[in-house]
Amino acid sequence: MELRVRALETVLSEKGYVDPAALDAIVQAYETRIGPHNGARVVAKAWADPAFKRALLEDATKAVGALGHVSRVGDHLVAIENTPERHNMVVCTLCSCYPWEMLGLPPVWYKAAPYRSRAVKDPRGVLKDFGVSLPKETEIRVWDSTAETRFLVLPMRPKGTDGWSEEQLAELVTRDSMIGTGFPKTPGAPS
Amino acid sequence: MNGVHDMGGMDGFGKVEPEPNEPMFHTRWESRVLAMVRAMGAAGAFNIDTSRFYRESLPPHVYLSSSYYKKWLLGLEDMLIAKGFVGKDEVGKGHALAPAKPLKRGKFTAADVERIMVRGKFGRDAQAPAKFKAGDRVRARNIHPATHTRLPRYVRGHVGVVERDHGVQVFPDSAANEAGENPQWLYTVVFDGAELWGPDSDPTVKISVDAFEPYLEKA
Repeated sequence: MELRVRALETVLSEKGYVDPAALDAIVQAYETRIGPHNGARVVAKAWADPAFKRALLEDATKAVGALGHVSRVGDHLVAIENTPERHNMVVCTLCSCYPWEMLGLPPVWYKAAPYRSRAVKDPRGVLKDFGVSLPKETEIRVWDSTAETRFLVLPMRPKGTDGWSEEQLAELVTRDSMIGTGFPKTPGAPS
Repeated sequence: MNGVHDMGGMDGFGKVEPEPNEPMFHTRWESRVLAMVRAMGAAGAFNIDTSRFYRESLPPHVYLSSSYYKKWLLGLEDMLIAKGFVGKDEVGKGHALAPAKPLKRGKFTAADVERIMVRGKFGRDAQAPAKFKAGDRVRARNIHPATHTRLPRYVRGHVGVVERDHGVQVFPDSAANEAGENPQWLYTVVFDGAELWGPDSDPTVKISVDAFEPYLEKA
């Protein structure tokens, strides 16, 4: 594969379509600028600030855009709230749509057949693969990202975090908790 | 198209296996593939829907046995060859053998990187009033286009409820064929698990898709 990829890159560069240094810059930007730390800050702020939470659930693109310090977000972001009655989970059965600016590039499992095929039919079974179990009466809502809308799960705030700062709260927010295949970390638990 | 990429509800793929501390890229070539796809797309060689269609169009056995970035590479090669940006002989040799075809937005340089780090805008002005509103019962139409579509097979023919209206957006079914943006109203439509998977399925499950108006009819 390495050779085949290099061959194509050489052709694109020799034909004057791309500057190889620009490809380096793209990779570097992905490696340093996007990642679940962005989503974690948004979730932590929603936990700490009820007005922000309302704004986020109303129009996530606008609310996140107004934060400024989070890497610039594109359009069509929707935040969905987990409650004791309802657990949300996000999938893209057709390809691998994922909120890159909020969570970074998707992990291999998110893009692979087992998750894409089963998440919509047997979400509880999929959660079990992640070691996650929910009360049997909890509603599970699966969001299939079939258009350009991108979904960010707002997990429930862990107990025992009263008075925590946004920075402290952000440390508890995991990538999987924002996809809906995990929970935030529990305060004091070994990570 | 009714391809193997449309995986919702298929059985037999086994357990989900998360990789602890997964790196962003497993090899350097993966990162180069990502960068080439992003750069050539931004330069105007193709749009995102066309690139999805080329990946879906890989032979089923290739699609199923290739890693994510291998699919990206194979789709990119096929697409650039089909659109005349590179020749098959050039890809084989690893060198340019013929003059370049002009790119819509010109050569991709470092100055363009910032632009691709912000997601594109897919919202467009409405061409007509919305046919549906939140709360309406709708049926996903029983359609089977052989070209690109974002209506997954597992909802076709089934009845759900409109939950959200996302305004008017670029219609992938048209854009993928380079037949224009043909913007359409987009809705989140929610289905009961039992409607999709039968009476024996988990009664606590609901599934939604984002469906463009041409995918839906009144139920």
